Amino acid sequence: MDRLRRTMMFVPGNNPGMLRDAYIYGADCLMFDLEDSVALTEKDAARFLVYNAVRTVDYGNTEVVVRINGLDTPFGKSDIEAMVIAGVDVIRLPKTETKQDILDVEAVIDEVEKKIGKELGSTKMMAAIEGPLGVFNAYDIATASDRLIGIALGAEDFVTNMKTKRYLDGMELFAARSQIVLAARAAGIYALDTVFSDVDNEEGFRKEVEFIKQLGFDGKSVINPRQIGPVNEIYTPTEKEISKALDVKRAIKEAEEKGSGVISLNGKMIDKPIVDRADRVLHLAMAAGVYKEEFGDEK
Amino acid sequence: MKNKIGREIPEEIIEKYEVYQGSFDKEILGRKASPKISRVKPGESKLIESLEDAIVKSGLKDGMTISFHHHFRSGDYIVNKVMDLIAEMGIKDLTLAPSSLTSVHAPLIKHIKNGVITKITSSGLRGELAEEISNGLMEEPVIIRSHGGRARAIEAGDIQIDVAFLGASSSDEYGNASGASGKAICGPLGYAQIDAEYADNVVIITDNIVEYPNMPASILQTNVDYVVKVDEIGNPSGIASGATRFTKNPKELLIADYASKTIVGSKYFKEGFSFQTGTGGSSLAVTRFLRNEMIKQNINASFALGGITKPMVEMLEEGLINTIFDVQSFDLVAANSVSKNERHQEISSTFYANPHNKGAAVNKLDIVILSALEVDTDFNVNVITGSDGVIRGASGGHCDTAAGSKLTMIVAPLVRGRIPTIVDSVNTVITPGETIDVVVTEIGIAINPRREDLIEEFKNLDVPVYTIEELKDKAIEVVGKPERIQYEDKVVALVEYRDGTIIDVIRKVK
Repeated sequence: MDRLRRTMMFVPGNNPGMLRDAYIYGADCLMFDLEDSVALTEKDAARFLVYNAVRTVDYGNTEVVVRINGLDTPFGKSDIEAMVIAGVDVIRLPKTETKQDILDVEAVIDEVEKKIGKELGSTKMMAAIEGPLGVFNAYDIATASDRLIGIALGAEDFVTNMKTKRYLDGMELFAARSQIVLAARAAGIYALDTVFSDVDNEEGFRKEVEFIKQLGFDGKSVINPRQIGPVNEIYTPTEKEISKALDVKRAIKEAEEKGSGVISLNGKMIDKPIVDRADRVLHLAMAAGVYKEEFGDEK
Repeated sequence: MKNKIGREIPEEIIEKYEVYQGSFDKEILGRKASPKISRVKPGESKLIESLEDAIVKSGLKDGMTISFHHHFRSGDYIVNKVMDLIAEMGIKDLTLAPSSLTSVHAPLIKHIKNGVITKITSSGLRGELAEEISNGLMEEPVIIRSHGGRARAIEAGDIQIDVAFLGASSSDEYGNASGASGKAICGPLGYAQIDAEYADNVVIITDNIVEYPNMPASILQTNVDYVVKVDEIGNPSGIASGATRFTKNPKELLIADYASKTIVGSKYFKEGFSFQTGTGGSSLAVTRFLRNEMIKQNINASFALGGITKPMVEMLEEGLINTIFDVQSFDLVAANSVSKNERHQEISSTFYANPHNKGAAVNKLDIVILSALEVDTDFNVNVITGSDGVIRGASGGHCDTAAGSKLTMIVAPLVRGRIPTIVDSVNTVITPGETIDVVVTEIGIAINPRREDLIEEFKNLDVPVYTIEELKDKAIEVVGKPERIQYEDKVVALVEYRDGTIIDVIRKVK
């Protein structure tokens, strides 16, 4: 786990103004879309636009992800070629159903990387799971390629396939979310949650973000810059969490110095999972810029 | 010749005017001007049957100077109505000296063409009139003056008003006039008070005669010669056009977020501070963010200044702001509050911003948020000419508040469409860079190198800090370097700094 992916903002690939400005809002990742938000008649134009945006605009540390059209469409192959050449960080495959879907896209990426002399494997992949078959195959998908950095739930297609719709409490997504986060954890990659479409409902949005954080997701897809703040905030460790984590680290250090095998803090035993959680809190806090010192410098 | 900030001022202008020397460097001499002494005897009536009669009685003749105020903004009927009548009466060669002109004043074009109006001084010009003037409609250049600069010019006698035609939403028959009640409410008449005091003749135009005495009044009977009743003075919806809806534009919100973090991180954000914000999307959002932070940190403002909007009034009512100084209300909530709340004080333009009186309100400002069409790498700001070189804005209180305030912040997007906002050199300087402290864009802020204290202070600010050159480069990186606008030699407008010196000229566009 080496980088923050709390927020992945969707940006339609045919909107030059948004492609230009998207990075300024503090999303950890940007997802330029060539798929569902682009009309059939605009597919080539959007590919061209995203290609040039990626090559021109300095997106800084923001991870650039591009959602391509599937290989079963006339656009998929050209999308992959253009995006690998443009140098995007991650290619996102929509509507992933099976391991083979991943392998097929990977084969095209391999080919392009070889052709242009790019380091093999440098273009990463992620897969969106948007149907019941994909949910069933989640672990197979998540372990299909070393290029995969994460899997994501795409809820709109999923609920339609499930003959239901989205509800505020999210129960219709519970099984899929659980399966996806389990598969991602088992595979050692990131799990990203689906979008929340009602941009004006900040309270409902926050509740959902808190819930998916509770389930173990690494972050959430967002569709409006206004949604970035709340997600980043909820996913950023609080001062209390940071100081608790530091206490844990301090207790370990003391115990090590004393040569004591049993470590305790405020009368409670500290075991490995607790230490791991403390490490993760500090790592997240550092990545989010709310905690600057390495533990070693702390006195 | 180039003035202190390197703007080329033609010789024929230097012969007639002083050029800009620095924001407080001009030497002050002389005495204030004074209007003619006049008398109204007991029993005499000031009420005149028609506007035409009032123009006749005022003694208006060829070559004189007339003035108006712009409190009715784009709802104003008075300027066009009075000018049409004057033209019909055959009076020519007038100097028009309103506090400002808006896009509804396009009918003035015909009066310029037929020689009724030969000179103009105004805070700004917009719409068709501005376009025509930028294309060389007038022989004499328009003089652009800030709100404080206009008050100064009137007091100094640079503008000598022969007849002031001042609209009011209510007046009694003796000339006690107000903008607070009636059909076309505009709130304070802060820009008109100086006209009433210094003009030789003052005509109040109202659609609402009320019983004597109409108190409290913005303009007092002691300054008024005549009162005329007309059917309508303005369109109320055009007067209160200030859209005070909270912006949802993410870029404006981001700029506002950076601006408020900068304010909160500064030494000026403390109990009893004072501030002014404008009406733009970002500016209004700053007001709201600031409000939240004031509540959180239990900090109250001693006063808020300026053109006033609803969010300010709400903060006054919540007790977060102790006093509002209001020279002009931008919406009905603000307009109505002046007469309801004694801590919402109407002020005149001279009290607001005049650099040559014994202390204007801007001198007491801690923080001001201003907008910009362009900012250059010397921090000079343009708020008047567009990217095509055509006049499309107003000087307003921009340079006045910038000079007065301890922390002057410009909020502007890095680029607008394909036009960079941060440039090597602005088209037109309204406000000199030496009075600007921080520029806030959606990618971060730039601090004027003159403000070493702020550079030090903002080191740990949770906002990206760039140099102004870096901001400019970022803008150019995205949209490319625009070609310079092609101008002809003819000067269509002079930009007067608040102290009366010429800071820049605007030339005819090719």
